Amino acid sequence: MIRRLVRALDDRLGAAPFLRHALHKAFPDHWSFMLGEVAAYCFIFILLSGTYLTFFFHPSLQQTVYHGAGVPSLDGRVVSDAYASVLDLSFQTQAGLLIRQAHHWCANLFAAAIIVHMSRVFFTGAFRKPREINWFVGLTLLLLVMADGFSGYSLPDDALSGAGLRIAYSIAIGIPFIGDWIASLIFGGRFPSPAFEGRLYALHILFIPLALAGLITVHVMILWHQKHTQFPTPGKRENNVRGSPLWPTYAVRSTALMMATFGVLLLLGGLVEINPIWNYGPYDPWTVASPAQPDWYVGWLDGSLRLGPRWAIYFPHHAISTLFWPAVVLPLTFFAILYAWPWIERRLQRDDRYHELLQFPWQNPLRTSFGVAALTFAGILLAAGSDDVQARLLSVPVQSLAWVYRIALWTVPWICAAIAWRICIELQARHAYKDEHPERLVLVRSAQGGYEEGPRLSTE
Amino acid sequence: MIALLALAGTFALAPAVAHASPAPVAAGAAPAAVVASASRATARIVASDMTPQPQTPPRVAVPNVPGARHGHVDTMKVGAELYAEHCISCHGATLHGTGDGPSLIGAGTAAADFMLSTGRMPIEVPYTEEQPGPPSFPPEQIAALVAYVGTHGAGNGPPIPRVAPSGDIVRGRAIFEENCQQCHGAVGTGAVAGFGWIAPPLPIATNVQVAEAVRFGPGIMPRFDEHAISPRDLDALVAYVQTLHHPQDPGGWSVEASGPVGEGLIAFVVGLGVTILVMRLVGETVKQEQKSEL
Repeated sequence: MIRRLVRALDDRLGAAPFLRHALHKAFPDHWSFMLGEVAAYCFIFILLSGTYLTFFFHPSLQQTVYHGAGVPSLDGRVVSDAYASVLDLSFQTQAGLLIRQAHHWCANLFAAAIIVHMSRVFFTGAFRKPREINWFVGLTLLLLVMADGFSGYSLPDDALSGAGLRIAYSIAIGIPFIGDWIASLIFGGRFPSPAFEGRLYALHILFIPLALAGLITVHVMILWHQKHTQFPTPGKRENNVRGSPLWPTYAVRSTALMMATFGVLLLLGGLVEINPIWNYGPYDPWTVASPAQPDWYVGWLDGSLRLGPRWAIYFPHHAISTLFWPAVVLPLTFFAILYAWPWIERRLQRDDRYHELLQFPWQNPLRTSFGVAALTFAGILLAAGSDDVQARLLSVPVQSLAWVYRIALWTVPWICAAIAWRICIELQARHAYKDEHPERLVLVRSAQGGYEEGPRLSTE
Repeated sequence: MIALLALAGTFALAPAVAHASPAPVAAGAAPAAVVASASRATARIVASDMTPQPQTPPRVAVPNVPGARHGHVDTMKVGAELYAEHCISCHGATLHGTGDGPSLIGAGTAAADFMLSTGRMPIEVPYTEEQPGPPSFPPEQIAALVAYVGTHGAGNGPPIPRVAPSGDIVRGRAIFEENCQQCHGAVGTGAVAGFGWIAPPLPIATNVQVAEAVRFGPGIMPRFDEHAISPRDLDALVAYVQTLHHPQDPGGWSVEASGPVGEGLIAFVVGLGVTILVMRLVGETVKQEQKSEL
């Protein structure tokens, strides 16, 4: 059937050489190469589920009276059209709540899959020459997904996300010199202006998804052109690509993964509650609830704000707010280092060669230690973002916990990096020993009393 | 009947008092004097020894007498005896407080009833945050104690509010969102309130306890008088808090109402967990790749 389809296409488009080539393309067999695919399938799922939600969502802050059986304690309350429409699509629309929850779960999984995928790429050195461009594209994709997630969960105009928007607005106006313009461009005036809902909506469903689609296309085309990297196992060289052909082997595997991704998202959407805005209530600028956390992929920024220093600098006609350091300088620096890492590593290790073969993490202690430190740093910020919840669970004052995190933020990454370095060195020594003593010879004594060479065993 | 009541009170007190001092104190003698004259350390021991275990609250033999309503004099007597046993070491014989506890003058019966009925008082260690739990006394004894402190100086504060839990929950929700969720959480799960204080979860409190807390403001909680929250609004608020006892969760399991913290954990553990499991099933490991090459 595939053959007939290919022939039909070839008759019309002359596509046979390309398709033949494409269907035979070798894909690596190692499981970790599929992490990026989960992110790609999340993008497809989020587009499809999001399209369904746009049929019912009203991006408007017009005040309206909510009447619905869904939330008795809000019956007759004046709320925004956006909030009421999300309640209606949750409780009055066929499969609305399922799709909305699956959409939100998908955002959480999307960002998680990207970060795990990028960790794989980082720790195995897959970003090295000639693949630096795809590392930049991937980092940009991560930032866009974070922005899309934030703009998305802020749309329902509920009390929790409204508090987050208020913080985002405060961060924006806190940027020196250009902050006011940035804030009024995004929010359309002083917060909470009636204009921002529409702008947020345009960003969420139009601009960012378009940018994502474009960059994902670039990402995959570059990958297609440059081919996959591969682990330095026997039979793999810098100048070959080994793996399974796209059709039929790899396509079946990948389809299974797609089904698993969609399946787990729909199961979560149906069984586990996410972002219950009927609990948070409609947004009023003067209300806020506690505990209040953003979604996890923004949580590290919240943590940074909680730990940040109180450095406000006042000039005669200007001020640099306390939010500027933890919410602008720190994340920009962090991502700037990540963007620059391929260049930093090339310079530090004087390595300008092309690399088609990967490294195991222990083969490059510098990179592995840096990666561990960066992940630890971000992880501590993320943990600090829910310090109030932990303080309650541990029965300690939240201020003390914040100080523990402040100290940990600047010490623990060094400790983890040192431990990672040590482990890498030990593993290198073990592998060096194996290389020196490659095999054990087994002598087999025959029934007649003579000795023969038996099988060779590896040292493992 | 009056005699019976006094006798019953004595029986309830006798074992505990006997425990503390070798000579049993007669019912007519003032136990207050005994404890007050003892050294502070002894008083502390007496207080903690006599704090009944939550599982088996000591029963005065007044269960068929519904609390304070029976007879003013007897209630006062029971209250005085209980006060002398359990409260006097910190709050003092005249309710003016000691180094170990604040004055109760003007505290209000709402405060007394709240502290006793939520098990926050009596407290083991003075000046620590009182922990809610099962009350240490049966309702009749609490009523007697409240009546006692109410007539001896605490009565000028907020009284125990009357609540009609048939209020308007839509109004109640609006009041809750403006005044309560900042510390108690959007669905009343409780949260940290800063400087080591905890805003407790609300579903463990009864309607009257919620109303009492609103009126007198325990700990660092603000006090909302009738100008801030009218009696009608208080009814509405209590009715709304009542609905939080039975969360709806139409979306499924609420991950213990933990919000994005729990959601993020689930996304990693379940979402990423399942997909990585499938990857491991359909993909290969480095070892498997090496084997297939050999």
